[in-house]
Amino acid sequence: MARAMGLRRRIGFTFLAWGIGLIVFFPIFWMLLTSFKTEGDAIASPPLLFYAATIENYLEVLARSNYFKHFMNSVIIAGGSTILALIVAIPAAWSMAFSPTKQTKNILMWMLSTKMLPPVGVLVPIYLLFLQWGLLDTKFGLTIILMLINLPIVIWMLYTYFKEIPGEILEASRMDGAVLWKEIIYVLLPMAVPGIASTMLLNVILAWNEAFWTLNLTAANAAPLTAFIAAFSSPEGLFWAKLSAASTMAIAPILILGWFSQRQLVRGLTFGAVK
Amino acid sequence: MGSIRLESVRKVFGDAEVIPGVDLKINDGEFIVFVGPSGCGKSTLLRLIAGLEDLTGGKVLIDDKDVTGNAPAKRRLAMVFQSYALYPHMSVFNNIAFPLKMAEMEKTAIDKKVRDAADTLNLTDYLHRKPGQLSGGQRQRVAIGRAIVREPVAFLFDEPLSNLDAALRVNMRHEISQLHHQLNTTMIYVTHDQVEAMTLADRIVVLNEGRVEQFGSPLQLYQKPSNRFVAGFIGSPMMNFIEGPTAAEHDAHTIGVRPEHIIVSKKKGTWSGVVTIAEHLGADTFLRVECGAIGTITARASGEFTVGYGDTVFLTPDSKKTYRFDKNGRTIGHRPQQADTTGNQKTP
Ligand SMILES: Nc1ncnc2c1ncn2[C@@H]1O[C@H](COP(=O)(O)OP(=O)(O)OP(=O)(O)O)[C@@H](O)[C@H]1O
Ligand SMILES: [Mg+2]
Repeated sequence: MARAMGLRRRIGFTFLAWGIGLIVFFPIFWMLLTSFKTEGDAIASPPLLFYAATIENYLEVLARSNYFKHFMNSVIIAGGSTILALIVAIPAAWSMAFSPTKQTKNILMWMLSTKMLPPVGVLVPIYLLFLQWGLLDTKFGLTIILMLINLPIVIWMLYTYFKEIPGEILEASRMDGAVLWKEIIYVLLPMAVPGIASTMLLNVILAWNEAFWTLNLTAANAAPLTAFIAAFSSPEGLFWAKLSAASTMAIAPILILGWFSQRQLVRGLTFGAVK
Repeated sequence: MGSIRLESVRKVFGDAEVIPGVDLKINDGEFIVFVGPSGCGKSTLLRLIAGLEDLTGGKVLIDDKDVTGNAPAKRRLAMVFQSYALYPHMSVFNNIAFPLKMAEMEKTAIDKKVRDAADTLNLTDYLHRKPGQLSGGQRQRVAIGRAIVREPVAFLFDEPLSNLDAALRVNMRHEISQLHHQLNTTMIYVTHDQVEAMTLADRIVVLNEGRVEQFGSPLQLYQKPSNRFVAGFIGSPMMNFIEGPTAAEHDAHTIGVRPEHIIVSKKKGTWSGVVTIAEHLGADTFLRVECGAIGTITARASGEFTVGYGDTVFLTPDSKKTYRFDKNGRTIGHRPQQADTTGNQKTP
C-alpha cells in the first residue's frame, strides 16, 4: 500500500500520524513532567518546561499509602477477570464460530449491545446485590464484575480469531477420534494462541484502567491502582505534583506491558485484520 | 468389516433440499467413487457418512449397526480432506500419531506404527518437520498416513488430489490404488475427475442434484448408461447428443454417440461437415465438426489424421453403439438399468 502511495501523500500522512500521536501523548508527557516538579513549580503560570527535578513527590506518595498493595490488587483483579473471561468465552466463541445457528449473529449483536448501556444505569442494583452478598470491597466481587463487563469484547475478539481457523482441521480431529474437550485443548487452542494472547492483553489493559466500578465498589481493602489515584485527587485536589506522581505510578506497569507487546496489541485492536 | 449402508438418507440445509433421499449399499472392501457435477452433493453425502453433518432423515449403517446418532469419532472411519487439514502446529510425526494418541494407545506402539506408516509413504526423513515445510504431495501423504495408522473400517476421500499438479496426481492415484489392494479396506472417494473415477473405482455412484442417477461398475456405466445424464457424464470427450429428425429416424427423442464410435473419413460417410477445431495429440486426433442440421459433433480418430480448420470431413456413427433416449432422458433399447442399490455387481 505504502509503495502505491505518492511521496507527497506519504509525507502528509507521516506528519498527520505524528501530529495525532503527539497530541495523544501530550497529557501523559505533561503528567510525567509535573510529577517531578515541586508543588510550587507545578502550579506556576506560565507553566515551566525547565525546572529543578525532584523525586520528592514519589517518596511522599509511597510513604503515605500502600502502593504495593494496590498494585497487587490491580494485578489480581485484571489478571483474574481476564482468565475467568477466557474460560467462559473460549467455549462460547468456539460454538458460535464452528457450529453457528440462525441466531448466532443476533446473539453476538445482543452481547455487544450490553456495552452500549451506560454502567451507571445498573450501578444501584449491582451495588445492592453486592451489599447483600457481602461482595463490596472484595477482590473477588470486582474480578467477577470486570469479567462480566469485558466478556462481550472477549467473546467477539475470540470469535473473529476462531473464524479464521479452517473448520476442516477441527473436523479432521473429530474424525481422528478427538472428543470435544480434546479438540479444543489439542487443536483449536494451539492454533489460536496469537489471537488469545492479543485478547488477553487487551482485556488486561481494559480491566487495569477500569475506573467506574472499581471506584464505586471498593473502599480500602480491594482498591486497585485506579482507586489509589482517586484517593489523591479528592482530598488533595490541588496538589498537582503528587497526583501526577501517583498517576504515573499507576499507569507505568500497563504502559510498559503495552510497549513490549505492541504488535499483539495492534492485532487485537483491529480484530485480527492486520496479518 | 466395513460395509456401509445408506437408507433413505436425506439432508436439508435451511430450505434447500440438497440430498432428497439416497439408498446405497456398499460392500466390505469395495472402492466406491462418487462423481457428479459441482454442487450435486458429493461432499455432503460423504460428510453425512462421516458424521460431520447431521442427517435430516434416514439412516447410516456401518457393518449393519445403526450409527446415525454417533459422533464421527465413534464411527471408526478415516477421512482425507481436499485441503489435507493437517494440524499446522504439530510435526509430521505428531500429525500421524494424533489419532493413536486420541485412542490412548501405548507410547512405544504409537512410535512403531507411525514409523511403519512413514516408511510405507516415504515420509521417514520428514517426521520432525511441520506441515508448512512440506510440498503438496508430501502433505497429502501425511494426511493419508494419519488415516491409515488407526486402521479404520473405511476410508473417506474428498477430492484428495485436486490440489496437486497433473503428474503428481497420476502418481498419487496409483499409490491410492495400491494402498487399496494392500489394505483391502472399503474406500469411498469423491472426485469430479473422470479418469480417477474410471480407473480407481470398483463401482461408481453418479450423483445429480443429490440423486443417485446410476450405481455400477465403470464399464457398466460406460456401456449401458441408464439415462442421458450418465451417458453425458461418463466418457471423455463427452457423448454427442442429436435431437430432431435424425433422432426420430431411430425412434428416439435424442440419440447419442460417443466421439470414439464415429468413423472419420475424408471421402465418404453418413454425415458431412466442416472442421472447426482439430486437436492433434499424436496418439489421437480430436475433431469438432460443424454438421449443419445435425449440429456440432466431436469425433475421435485414432492416430494422426491430417485435417485442419475449414476442411470437409465425413462422419459415420457406429450404429451398434448408438444410444437412444426418450424425452425424459431415459435410455431406450437395452433394458434400462435403474440405480442399482442392491449391492449385486451386475456384469454387462
Ligand atoms: N453448510 C451448508 N449450508 C448450506 N448449504 C450447503 C452447505 N454445505 C453444502 N451446501 C449446499 O449443498 C449443495 C451440495 O454441496 P456439496 O458441497 O455437497 O457439493 P459437491 O458435490 O461436493 O460440489 P463440489 O464438486 O463443488 O465440491 C450445494 O448447493 C451447496 O451450496
Ligand atoms: Mg465437494
